[in-house]
Amino acid sequence: MKSDKVILSGKGVTKIFGFGSNKTVAVDHVDFSFREGEVISIVGESGSGKTTLAKILLGLLKQTEGEIYFDGQLRDIRSHSKKKAYWQNIQAIFQDPFSSYNVFRKIDAVLLDCIRMRGGGRLPYDKKREMMREACSFVNLKFDELTNKYPFELSGGQQQRLMIARIFLLKPKILLADEPTSMIDACSRATILDMLMDLRNEVGMTPIFITHDIGLAYYVSDTVYIMEHGKFVESGSADAVILHPKKQYTQRLLSDVPKLHEEWDLSTV
Amino acid sequence: MKLMLKQVFGSGKFVIGFVIFLAILLTVVIYPIFVPDAPLKIISRGTFLSPGIYVNLYDSIDSATRYTLITDDAEARRVAGRLSDEDRAKMREWLIGNGVDEAEIDGADTAQLLDLWELNFDPTVRLPGMTNADRNYYIRLTASLEGLLSTEGATIASTNPETGALEQSDIVNQTDYVHVNEVANSRLFILGTDNFGRDVLTELISATGVSLTIGFVAGIVATSIGLVLGLVSGYVGGMVDQVIVFIMNLFTVIPTFVLLILISFSIGQESRGAFTIAVVIGLTSWVWTSRAVRAQVISLRNRDHVNLSKLSGHSIAYILAMDILPYIASYVVMALILQISSGILAEAGLSILGLGPRTTEVPTLGLMLNWAMIYQAHILNKWWAYLPIILVIALISFSMNLMNTGLDQVFNPALRD
Amino acid sequence: MSKPILEVNELTTNYVTRFGDKIFAVDHVSVKVDDGKSVGIAGESGCGKSTLALSLMGYYFPPLYYASGDIIIDGQNISGMDPDVVRKTILGNEISYIPQAAMNALNPTQKVIHFIEDVIQAHYPHTPKKEIYELARERFELLGLPAEVLQKYSVELSGGMKQRTVIATSVILSPKVLIADEPSSALDVTSQKMVIKMILDLMEKGIIKSLIFITHELPLLYNVTDDIMIMYAGQIVERGSADEMVFDPIHPYTKALMGSIIVPEEGLRDVKLTAIPGTPPNLKNPPSGCRFADRCKFVMPECRVRSVELRDIGGGRSYRCIIPEEDLRKAYKSEKR
Repeated sequence: MKSDKVILSGKGVTKIFGFGSNKTVAVDHVDFSFREGEVISIVGESGSGKTTLAKILLGLLKQTEGEIYFDGQLRDIRSHSKKKAYWQNIQAIFQDPFSSYNVFRKIDAVLLDCIRMRGGGRLPYDKKREMMREACSFVNLKFDELTNKYPFELSGGQQQRLMIARIFLLKPKILLADEPTSMIDACSRATILDMLMDLRNEVGMTPIFITHDIGLAYYVSDTVYIMEHGKFVESGSADAVILHPKKQYTQRLLSDVPKLHEEWDLSTV
Repeated sequence: MKLMLKQVFGSGKFVIGFVIFLAILLTVVIYPIFVPDAPLKIISRGTFLSPGIYVNLYDSIDSATRYTLITDDAEARRVAGRLSDEDRAKMREWLIGNGVDEAEIDGADTAQLLDLWELNFDPTVRLPGMTNADRNYYIRLTASLEGLLSTEGATIASTNPETGALEQSDIVNQTDYVHVNEVANSRLFILGTDNFGRDVLTELISATGVSLTIGFVAGIVATSIGLVLGLVSGYVGGMVDQVIVFIMNLFTVIPTFVLLILISFSIGQESRGAFTIAVVIGLTSWVWTSRAVRAQVISLRNRDHVNLSKLSGHSIAYILAMDILPYIASYVVMALILQISSGILAEAGLSILGLGPRTTEVPTLGLMLNWAMIYQAHILNKWWAYLPIILVIALISFSMNLMNTGLDQVFNPALRD
Repeated sequence: MSKPILEVNELTTNYVTRFGDKIFAVDHVSVKVDDGKSVGIAGESGCGKSTLALSLMGYYFPPLYYASGDIIIDGQNISGMDPDVVRKTILGNEISYIPQAAMNALNPTQKVIHFIEDVIQAHYPHTPKKEIYELARERFELLGLPAEVLQKYSVELSGGMKQRTVIATSVILSPKVLIADEPSSALDVTSQKMVIKMILDLMEKGIIKSLIFITHELPLLYNVTDDIMIMYAGQIVERGSADEMVFDPIHPYTKALMGSIIVPEEGLRDVKLTAIPGTPPNLKNPPSGCRFADRCKFVMPECRVRSVELRDIGGGRSYRCIIPEEDLRKAYKSEKR
């Protein structure tokens, strides 16, 4: 699964919001290189800049400084068509399924968009329906029950699964999952994570999890990046970073999480 | 969509506003079918005829069947109509001044008063302190009293075409009546006539239609400009936003009404049609819509569903139309309603200042007010020339604001009670 | 045996929808909290745990209505009391409630001390401001909050500090019971820890006598409360001490919940998380049998017809399933996580 080929990397990536005395450095000269096929997690508290970084990686925000390389090439997303080409390779799942869908568009429209994005816009409708059915059954949804419905008629877990069905159709090389399970119940969480992992095996993509949940990061990822105030403070294999953290910030983060087999030390606050 | 309409029509305020507005609209549409007169047709000589039924005198005498009604108070009413209380007091004053015993005069007994008058009045007598005008008044009064108590009818005479002499052709008795409907020509002026002698009601309904059209055109112009600028500046951001915001600020700080006056004035009387005025009003009032739309778009543009749409490869135009516009549509509709209502008010304001549309073709509510004001209807107590217009303007404004509040409560749950 | 501070017997409350349907969001729930003890309530969203929190206070306002059952706070039965009376005499005094977004409840134009004055004067009018200030300062210092906070506006405080301020304010009258509904789930782990420490401090320092803690985060609950109750579709499905519930669950639903816990601890990566297929039943017309039947892997035909009572198996432990506990435990063992 894992290869040594670097699929996405960045050098000195920086994002500054505002000007002059109002300026906030959200992402501060971060370097990274994500290898194809590995599962990556970027862990940080709110305000650490992880969502800003995710948006930069997605090309939804422009970095103030620094370069991003995709597939060995300097990323070029200056025109709409180039962006579109880039987005065939990188896709996202957002935190809140309830706000991720346009409430005026039906589920079919959402899925048809993905087929069109893959260049299947001119396929006969029967073929498209077959593809949508396949995608829905991959995430355990029944397309025939969903057709002509709106996404908001589904439960949070189902909506997030629909999001995965979208990714199934798009088959991107990289998937950015921004807190994909934080808004859904614990019992649906396992389902979502399982599906994401199955999808990864199916289409051979590189998932990047953006999360505040260090437990989740440990559970799913091969490589973990810990982010604080716009900087990566520690990175490495999940076992090394989570079980044997070297940096004080990581240690504190870990000690603040309630656990089952270890006493939760409340005296350190 | 269906549910939304159901919710909207479930709001009492909206429904009341809507019904009033619909009633106004229907009146504007239906009335001309029944009364096809041109609204600005001058129908009377003389100005400010008061509201009521006008019966053609010639036709009443000439062609209608006559009915005889015996009514007790007909005479008293007739005399009262000719001899007012003021006249009676004056007559008393003269009689007393001329030496008639005060106790002898009973002001209420018309017959006795007239007898005394006939007996004593002498136009050559000048009472002390009496002016010439007073004297003339008494002479006029005496002339009008001729035959007041006579029970004879009026003689109608016509010229004999052969001899050229007047011949009696008919006598109209005091007890003769005609049925209004049988008179060939009668005319009902529910709201009287205006200073030019035009039927106020017909004019008012036509003016309401024109003013509503002006409001709609102004509202649609303002809302479209505001919407497009707001959408573009809010979504695109950056330099484009800066430029548009600069223009918005420019329009915000210039008092809109002054701008409106200047533009209207410089267009000139000749080319100021109702449509031009509407467009000018629209062009000066878009700024608040655009500001509000921009603010809404800014809060929407970073939503996940917009990001998802981008990631699905949609173009800016598509995103604006499908992912942004539907979310602010309710807001825009509300803004449009307010723009229409304020467009009507702006037209009224402009016209009152004499800067409204050209006057020969169509009336507008503002123009009617302007005419009423110029011809001093308010000083002359001719209420029918301005009060109904003010009421209609208020009613249109009221209904639209009510609809707006109703919509606001539907779309903004925080305001629901 | 210590006496119960809060005793709730067979409490049932319902919502009335716009269309007149009754939804029994809390269905014959019994809770007993002893002096000095804390109880945690967990469950999926929509299981009725937040409604239970509102119901426990006896503070009903439409569309939530009281149906039946008793709520006894320190010997005083408050069930069926007029909500206005409850607000004036019970809330803040006997029982306090902190909702999830409590920190957003602070009016940004008022200083913190103002809210405390409000709370105290609502119950004891004409209390001099100076007295209130002294009390507030003492209490804040006791809880490790700087006294300067009292003179600040809420916008000047960080999220965690705001939440702690709200909690300190809501217990200023030393209520017997504190109900905390997800008090820390909108916060960072560090702020969460501070909030939790403060709530535990309240217990320890005797400001409150009992705590009811509601959250969907099981590792947190395990670390905070003595007992845990699991709610499913408006009913309690299992109750026991925190240790027993986490490491020896009996009810299949509890078992599945515990199997979906993610904590950054060694060994987690080798475990496959439990997923529960399906969705909870619609409470408008709940199934006549076991409410979990549709999602349960041990389901038998009997489950769908026979209504299941909460079975007490001693030691404060009870569960709602017709399968004997030994059989369930055996089945879990054979599955091997």
